[in-house]
Amino acid sequence: MSDHITSAGRLAGGLIDRKQDYSFTFDGKRYDGHGGDTLASALLANGVRLMGRSFKYHRPRGVLSAGPEEPNAIVELREGAFCEPNTRATTAELFDGLVARSQNRWPSLNFDVMAINDRFSNFLTAGFYYKTFMWPPKFWEKIYEPIIRHAAGLGRLSGEADPDCYDKGFLHCDLLIIGAGPAGLAAALTAGRAGARVIIADEDFLPGGRLNAETFNVGEMAGATWAAQTSAELNSMPNVTLMTRTTVMGAFDHGIYSAVERVTDHLAEAPEGKARQILWRIYSQRAILAAGSIERPIAFANNDRPGIMQAGAVRAYANRWAVAAAPTVAVFTNNDDGHRTASDLAASGVTVAAIIDIRADAPAHADAEVLAGAVVTDTRGRLGLNQIKVRRADGSERWLACGALGVSGGWNPNVHLTCHQRGRPVWADEIAAFVPGANGPVGLSSVGAASGVFSTAGALAGGSAAAVTALGEIGIKAKTGSLPKAEDAPVKIAAFWHVSGTARAWLDQQNDVTVKDVKLAHQENFKSVEHLKRYTTLGMATDQGKTSNISGLAIMAEIAGTSIPEVGTTIYRPPYTPTAIGAFAGRSRGPSFRPVRLTPSHKWATEQGAVFVEVGMWMRAQWFPRGSETHWRQSVDREVLATRNSVGVCDVTTLGKIDVQGSDAATFLNRIYANGFAKLPVGRTRYGLMLREDGIVMDDGTTARLGETHFVMTTTTANAVGVFRHMEFARQCLWPDLDVQIISTTEAWAQFAVAGPNARKVLERIVDPVFDISNEAFPFMACAEITVCGGLRARLFRISFSGELAYEIAVPTRYGDAMIRRLMQAGEDFDITPYGTEALGVMRIEKGHAAGNELNGTTTALNLGLDRMVSKTKDSIGLVLSQREGLMTDDALIQVGFKPVDPLQPVTAGAHLMTIGDPANAAHDQGYITSAAYSPIVGSSIGLGFLKNGAARKGEIVRAMNPLEGQEVMVEVVSPHFVDPQGERLRA
Amino acid sequence: MHDLVPLTALGAAEARIDEFAGLTIREIPDIALASLAICHGKKAGFQRAVKKALASTLPAPGTSITTNDITLFWTGVDQWMVEAPFASHEDLAAHLSASLKGNASITEQNDGWARFDLEGPLCVDVLQRLSNADSAGMAAAAVTRTAIDHLGCFLICRTAGQHFSILCPRSGAASLHHAVIAAVHSAL
Repeated sequence: MSDHITSAGRLAGGLIDRKQDYSFTFDGKRYDGHGGDTLASALLANGVRLMGRSFKYHRPRGVLSAGPEEPNAIVELREGAFCEPNTRATTAELFDGLVARSQNRWPSLNFDVMAINDRFSNFLTAGFYYKTFMWPPKFWEKIYEPIIRHAAGLGRLSGEADPDCYDKGFLHCDLLIIGAGPAGLAAALTAGRAGARVIIADEDFLPGGRLNAETFNVGEMAGATWAAQTSAELNSMPNVTLMTRTTVMGAFDHGIYSAVERVTDHLAEAPEGKARQILWRIYSQRAILAAGSIERPIAFANNDRPGIMQAGAVRAYANRWAVAAAPTVAVFTNNDDGHRTASDLAASGVTVAAIIDIRADAPAHADAEVLAGAVVTDTRGRLGLNQIKVRRADGSERWLACGALGVSGGWNPNVHLTCHQRGRPVWADEIAAFVPGANGPVGLSSVGAASGVFSTAGALAGGSAAAVTALGEIGIKAKTGSLPKAEDAPVKIAAFWHVSGTARAWLDQQNDVTVKDVKLAHQENFKSVEHLKRYTTLGMATDQGKTSNISGLAIMAEIAGTSIPEVGTTIYRPPYTPTAIGAFAGRSRGPSFRPVRLTPSHKWATEQGAVFVEVGMWMRAQWFPRGSETHWRQSVDREVLATRNSVGVCDVTTLGKIDVQGSDAATFLNRIYANGFAKLPVGRTRYGLMLREDGIVMDDGTTARLGETHFVMTTTTANAVGVFRHMEFARQCLWPDLDVQIISTTEAWAQFAVAGPNARKVLERIVDPVFDISNEAFPFMACAEITVCGGLRARLFRISFSGELAYEIAVPTRYGDAMIRRLMQAGEDFDITPYGTEALGVMRIEKGHAAGNELNGTTTALNLGLDRMVSKTKDSIGLVLSQREGLMTDDALIQVGFKPVDPLQPVTAGAHLMTIGDPANAAHDQGYITSAAYSPIVGSSIGLGFLKNGAARKGEIVRAMNPLEGQEVMVEVVSPHFVDPQGERLRA
Repeated sequence: MHDLVPLTALGAAEARIDEFAGLTIREIPDIALASLAICHGKKAGFQRAVKKALASTLPAPGTSITTNDITLFWTGVDQWMVEAPFASHEDLAAHLSASLKGNASITEQNDGWARFDLEGPLCVDVLQRLSNADSAGMAAAAVTRTAIDHLGCFLICRTAGQHFSILCPRSGAASLHHAVIAAVHSAL
């Protein structure tokens, strides 16, 4: 194919699998790569240096790093709904068929019209939008901001739902080791051999850290070989879990760390059912941070061209991925480590143009010219570096040809996790960098480069010793054993942050922050490091300033004439690297967002074609459509009429059931409920009203006394858990002296309401004949433990929510399905009708019974017309505060009923009530309607609600209004008891 | 004898079994459960009565004791659950109410909980995706209360690393089963 570019630029060696050939595309062009490549290494191998455009000025950018700190090579991966923007090419593992695109450019990466911004950089300095777009003020929101937002930014979201699934998981260990470089591997080996439960996690797919990027030996073998052998040994230990592709991204309280494992990101397609990523919560006794360090660039004019990279990254591409960044490479450094890049490149056959070392006493190099005391002052190359300008110690300047420049300003330990709980790093002059302070997370120690120890020998020794110490603290004996020999070079560095000059020198390449911007921030008095960050956006992009923060504050210190530690650092927060939102959600999305609870009759109701509604977590039948019914009202009206005229049945299992036992159970309930329960006889049920401590109604329900020391309380469905918690609190904390035991039995019993004039006749066919349920033997509010259907234990309560002759019958839940089928069979000749929550609601409104709409957390017993239930002759929770003067006013809201004056008009819940003749405003508000329904018995809409002084206003016409939608209906204030106000039916 | 036919928590006549390489998941409907809570100041009498009725001592927090085919496990301060075969102990609560009378409050929980057993070497991998309990570190007979798919569950280790029981609220059984199967596919 004509657009198929081969990867001819490979060096010998490396840790790639040359037998594994991969084909991938970048911006539509096909390229080749190998197993073990990242997208960045494969692109470099194909000679692609230009990988992105910068955030603000749209400047051409190439890869800066070879790791997670990458600010420039930010791409979109995959297609369609799977497309993920803002992904680092340096960590994206190559696979066959990978589709990658550059972002933030139009129409193409090579020619981006928005690069015009670069010409206007004088107007687009730090904070320009605070100053530039001030007038006219109303243009900001509608015009300026949308334009700026469109021009800036990085990748675009697909706009589709994420098609991948994610998991969350939990791991436990004695010792968590963060990072599998030499220090981490040594720590894991020591701890693993001691038998401790160890988790060692590394974000790379290949354990070894810098050992894979360097040419050092460890013992008698190459560092990378030692890393591979050590990993193999760790993998063979049952007590050690070596997790690759796993980023430990946050340190939390009590030794808890979060980590993201990328399970399928390196695969073309995730296997069915596999989570793309898993967010692990790791519980550790102790943890060791062996996260290594990140090399920082030096700022100089035009230091952002593709081809200008960290010196360590140039070396990593050559050693690990067998890629030369260019045929001729120069090095710009302030320390000895930069010289290693020249050595390794020369050994690989790459021409080293020069080592530009800022130090006058820079060491000589065997394979390259060293320009001591020199600096790089400028660069050339529109879409990629081709020349650098060097100013020597004597002031002379010359241009050097090179396709890549490795820059080393020193290495910054990755202290981030030590700061997640507000630990502050401390400055170490000898390495010119911050190292972890003493106030990091409890139980976390730092080793190797993360602690500022940059030699391999130091990393191995430190890692092993830290494991011995950490395990010793938790009572596990371990010993360091003999460690392999490794390089032990000292750090030789002269702190140097930027080359002075007037042209723009880039600090934060992802957010286009320059040295000048830092100077401007200082000039405008944004001197605090936190202000510097907000004003310039230094360190605020997806890379969180991993290559720029320290240099930025060093320059601020220089300008302000203070020391770097005096300027201090900003706060590091989790996550350490960008994390997909899906990983935080895990499986909790879509239909699996929360579990659902199914009633015992769910299977049967599904067979009946029931329409379900979520009530809390329960799925309840809302109504049961029949035959030709096309509208829910037809079904609901039919269910109401069938129940009131003959008999209906409804699954009421969802109401909370709390078993209350103990010799003080009656005393306990007498204090929990506002009305009296001490004298409730065995075999009787009572309606109870429960107040909160502040006197507001908490819940209501019935409680049955099954024995002298045994009660069963029911709660509303919605408040089941809250009431139980409230009672546990009262039992354990308020009255620990009472002998009372409570436990939920909501799940254990399937409970059905059987309501209507024929309810008893139906039940008589089910209840075993030895139990007399006649009106005389089993009157209204009776309860008993009985047997049904030839011996099945059951509970029968004669209680009524509908206002009809009604019972609730409970059987063990496993028999709930059989019971509803048996009830339907037994009531067939009475045309027994199942009814759902809608009919239930209609009938309770017709009866004036309060439900969740009325028990809304603001209402008192007085509001509900139940003030006489609050007993003054005993103490109960909420009694005192329910009697507050402000709650007992003459014009208090009182629950009443409403009927429309015109029966064709609706009564709408939520409508506010206004007196005729008064202005319709909040100051004249008379109350509100809480519940409304069409009553087939009344023949119109009806409502319940709260009206000021409502009890005295029956017969008055008021305006029920919704001013927002221009609705107004004249309604008559009536008794809330629309059906059988005397209660004759339920006692029949 | 009544003629009502029970359903399992997953709504079928027969218990559900799901088999995977390295793991079998079984719905276990044939257990009877009763909760025990000590009456105020009756600890000594309760211990004696339990010894007599169940031939068992009381398991400490986080543990269970199985004697013959009856398992007692700790559920809270001065509270335990008794688990026994359903066929022979459907009336477990009534039986215990009589034998522990005055010392404890007994509540029938036969159908309060649905039990799922995970058996096989993949157990821990699956449980790590479901629960923050340290399933890998649980010894045989260890018990813990833990949230699985937002449901408050008991996790009982029957054989370390190999066999666990999850007791979840019965109404949430279908959701829990769905979550377990999803975790299995993730762990396989």
